[in-house]
Amino acid sequence: MIDSEEICMTDKITPDVFKRLVDLASLELKEDEGEYLRKELNNQMVSIEVLESIPIEAETGTAAHGVPYTGENSPEPRDDVSRQDPHRLDILAQAPELEDGYIVVPDISHEELD
Amino acid sequence: MKICDLPAYSIADLVRTRQISAVEVLEKTLERVQSVDGRPGEVDASEAQSEEDLNRIHAFTLVTEEHARTKAEKIDQMVKAGEDPGPLAGVPYTAKDIFTVKGIPATAGSKILSNYVAPYTSTVVERMDEVGAVMIGKVNLDEFTYGSSSESSAFKPVPRNPWDTSRVTGGSSGGSAAAVAAGEGAISLGTDTGGSIRHPASFCGVVGLKPTYGRVSRYGLIAFGSSLDCPGPLARNVTDIALALKAIAGQDPRDNTAAMVPVPDYLAELEKDIRGLRIGLSEEFFRVTYFDTNTVELKENPIDEEIHSAILSVAGFLAQLGADIVIDVPLPYTKYGVPTYFVISRVEASSNLLRYDGVKYGYRTEEPFTDLRELYRTTRGEAFGVEPKLRMLMGIYLSAAQFDKGYYQQALKARALIRSDFDTIFDPKGKYRLDALLTPTTPSTAFPIGSVYGDSVIMQYSDQLTATTNHAGIPGLSIPVGFDKEGLPIGAQFLGPDYSEGLLLRLGRAFEKLTENEDWRKERPPLLSDNE
Repeated sequence: MIDSEEICMTDKITPDVFKRLVDLASLELKEDEGEYLRKELNNQMVSIEVLESIPIEAETGTAAHGVPYTGENSPEPRDDVSRQDPHRLDILAQAPELEDGYIVVPDISHEELD
Repeated sequence: MKICDLPAYSIADLVRTRQISAVEVLEKTLERVQSVDGRPGEVDASEAQSEEDLNRIHAFTLVTEEHARTKAEKIDQMVKAGEDPGPLAGVPYTAKDIFTVKGIPATAGSKILSNYVAPYTSTVVERMDEVGAVMIGKVNLDEFTYGSSSESSAFKPVPRNPWDTSRVTGGSSGGSAAAVAAGEGAISLGTDTGGSIRHPASFCGVVGLKPTYGRVSRYGLIAFGSSLDCPGPLARNVTDIALALKAIAGQDPRDNTAAMVPVPDYLAELEKDIRGLRIGLSEEFFRVTYFDTNTVELKENPIDEEIHSAILSVAGFLAQLGADIVIDVPLPYTKYGVPTYFVISRVEASSNLLRYDGVKYGYRTEEPFTDLRELYRTTRGEAFGVEPKLRMLMGIYLSAAQFDKGYYQQALKARALIRSDFDTIFDPKGKYRLDALLTPTTPSTAFPIGSVYGDSVIMQYSDQLTATTNHAGIPGLSIPVGFDKEGLPIGAQFLGPDYSEGLLLRLGRAFEKLTENEDWRKERPPLLSDNE
């Protein structure tokens, strides 16, 4: 058994790191959510750290996709031309706030510099 | 056998030859939904509690009766006019609520999309429509497909397993698998990012195919992990999967990752014999890693004996049909499948989740806000469930430069090694020269509702036998192969090289034919007998 203090010492995602992540994600958490989420993230790190034990040779490349895309099976890129989207009005109709056919974006937080 | 329990190929045949109308098929299927499904999933509704709730399946979030009736009537008019509506004429099907269909809500099982009505239709639904199939509704799933039990959906009650309603359906395409198992549609469209078609197919005793990445267009699919997501079909038999795959596969100008690879006639190859095919068994798929919550450590056990025996028994049947069984096939990077998945899928998920902000579409908080950031925070806080929150936070931790420990690069390399494992065993000039690998689909049969949910690591390891397939991009077919002593379905999985779906279907069909008179094949979900 590992006692709670020891777990805390080994946590990769400390309360400070967690706070920073929540801020970067622009998430507001309920009072009882934070500690549970942090515990789960640290538990997930136990699995993720297994990756450090893989013997990887220097020349091993990275794979962005499993299946290779070659000239033979890859479609040509689309022409880089603008088109009127046929669903424009349906898309706009989904926006919570519209003005003159434009989606209203609330003020972006900023500071006035001297 | 009732109409709604018939295979899709039989229904289409009866409709095309005017022995039954598409409208009649629809009516009978809706009657089944009415009798077994119970109340559909709704945001902020209560979880199943009443006796009736506990004995219903709750696969649906929405029954699209009017949409279906219009389509079924059109099919009947075509048949009457001597036109052929297509190989899935009048076949009722459901779509996981992750596919868009113009004019119909597309929620991804999340509160944040609970008011979203899709302005366009996904390619796979369009293609099902073109071959005469009739969509009868949207089915429930883990929120944004994040999970392996379908319990994380914001739409309650969550789906329950037709074979034992106290058990989970698996996930994330749990509504799809449950609906198909209960005769609520002959086919369902699901998606598979780490096992989300095959896992619930195994838990619910149906057939599920994860096609090769790029075999089926992702256009109109609400994204989870864009380099891993694969749409595919679930059905009660292999032939229906072949029909559905033929309908939905192929290039799509709206998705550049849909590869330019010709789509074969899967039905034509289906009944060919399997003599001489080389089928591998790997010890790596008979060991199970689990997370010990007491010691906070990963440990390993042999797989459940009943599951092990069931897979060996499938190998025995295939050998009877002339297949060569190759044992001790090494796949040393299998054990890195879940750690690699934790990294790649979270990074991709967080990138995809950041678009939900309460500005462009979907849910927006009703609380007052002073600026954009506050709107983001409150909206996401109120409308994302636990899983999207976890995935956003982990994705940012793994990809933000300020925390970078190199895990993402390491995971992309691990992915290359997992792929090389499969390249080695399927190499036609290599030592193993396998045509397919036979493995269990899941480390266990369906577990009780509430027994795992909340522990994100244990839940993720439920995908440990399926996730490597997604990293490698190769296809995988899960088929039912019997029941455990508790009466829960056991699934086996065939994996093959890129674009080998035809061969995997042939293997599945060969097993299906050889076992068609076995006693276990006569079993039906008890719920169906109780309600009819």
